[in-house]
Amino acid sequence: MCLAIPGKIVEFIPDIRSLALVEVAGVRRRVDLGLLDDDKPAKGDWVLIHVGFAMSKISEQDAIEQMNTLAMLGETEAALQEIRGYGLGEEDSEQPAS
Amino acid sequence: MKFVDEFREPELINKAADEIRRLADPSRHYRLMEVCGGHTHAIYRFGLKDILPENIELIHGPGCPVCVLPMGRIDDGLSMAQDPNVIFTAFGDMMRVPGMNGSPLEHKARGMDVRIVYSPTDAIKLAQANPDRHVMFFSIGFETTAPSTALTLKRAKSLGLSNFSIFCNHVTIIPAIRAILDSPDMRLDGFIGPGHVSTVIGCRPYEWIAANEKKPIVVSGFEPLDILQSIVMLLRQLKNGESRVENQYKRVVPWEGNRAALAAMAEVFQLRPFFEWRGLGFISQSALRIRDTYAEWDAEQRFNVPGLRVTDPKAAQCGEVLKGVLKPAQCKLFGNECTPEHPIGALMVSSEGSCAAYFNYEHRKTAMLTNISASA
Ligand code: SF4
Repeated sequence: MCLAIPGKIVEFIPDIRSLALVEVAGVRRRVDLGLLDDDKPAKGDWVLIHVGFAMSKISEQDAIEQMNTLAMLGETEAALQEIRGYGLGEEDSEQPAS
Repeated sequence: MKFVDEFREPELINKAADEIRRLADPSRHYRLMEVCGGHTHAIYRFGLKDILPENIELIHGPGCPVCVLPMGRIDDGLSMAQDPNVIFTAFGDMMRVPGMNGSPLEHKARGMDVRIVYSPTDAIKLAQANPDRHVMFFSIGFETTAPSTALTLKRAKSLGLSNFSIFCNHVTIIPAIRAILDSPDMRLDGFIGPGHVSTVIGCRPYEWIAANEKKPIVVSGFEPLDILQSIVMLLRQLKNGESRVENQYKRVVPWEGNRAALAAMAEVFQLRPFFEWRGLGFISQSALRIRDTYAEWDAEQRFNVPGLRVTDPKAAQCGEVLKGVLKPAQCKLFGNECTPEHPIGALMVSSEGSCAAYFNYEHRKTAMLTNISASA
């Protein structure tokens, strides 16, 4: 549970400042940005996600590397299962990356 | 086994491995502890031991949250959920961790309402969807996870949610490192510092290890090259007689940590005077409790928690393995009574637990090689 998952911010949720829709390998879920209040990310930024919260901003290159690390660790499936499970697995159904 | 050319940057891996061989004094035996369970997993998975010279020994540290939780806390959490009105929620890692009378999953099979959530905020969502039930979230984790719990509590308070509580089992990494350094049967030369815990606490809290204990510590990333580079940095310091804190994982870890996360933790949590750790015993100021201003959402203040103290099964040597005194395979139960399919101790459950990591990579590899040579 210590491994963090990289995701890209695709849009902000209107009226709820601290939530954003984040995409990880084609899966979109709401992620909480409350821990990045000091250095707010923008749309298109990459973040490392842990238990539904964005922990830190990272570069796109680091995001790719982090995804590779997860793959090397055999954790890709577990990571996607976690992302899919956010929001009790219900909201923001999977959409293909556009 | 991983062969070097399977890695993404084989030439860099080779270069780091050469540098390690060049820096390691052949007349010396180095004992380096990787504090974080994520590193333990990576080290076994990538077969890094096969790349390192024999005189560099990696000792697995206490940084696996489910592993260090004493069994009594699991039973305490489950006891609150005996009430049929309560929905017990926890991360997937917790579900197979054995309690005195079985794991949360086994309790579920016997009728308890046990549900996996992937984020603590989803436990809030569940509470909103079930206003006539009480949702309890069993929270675990080091400083990586504690800020998320803190924000969840703040949200519960601002929503005025009355059917939600958290059973707080968050622990802090620095006192655990101190306890290990204080233990007389432990001799260590340096530390591979945790990566994601440090995104929150930063690098400063480790400075006392460097200054007072004269041990180098390098905060490290999780890729094979990260871990090898961190070992290079540790060996270089040891060679020069230095003991400093260095940050190999600069691309993710800021030296000062995450202020917003630390502020949320400070608002919601306070240190417990002491807390029991599996294997390490009672460590003072090593765990977090929920402040009285949030008492309404603190399961320990709302429910009657029995405060169970359960000793691990007699032959299990989880404590010794957690302290790094024994290797997983030296436990009498390893691989026979205790396997990932039938875990006796928590170290066999989590992928970050050293017994599971050792079993899944080293043990299966050896078993495979033995079969091959037997059939040849
Ligand atoms: S093999 Fe099982 S019982 Fe032995 S130390 Fe590991 S987890 Fe504990």
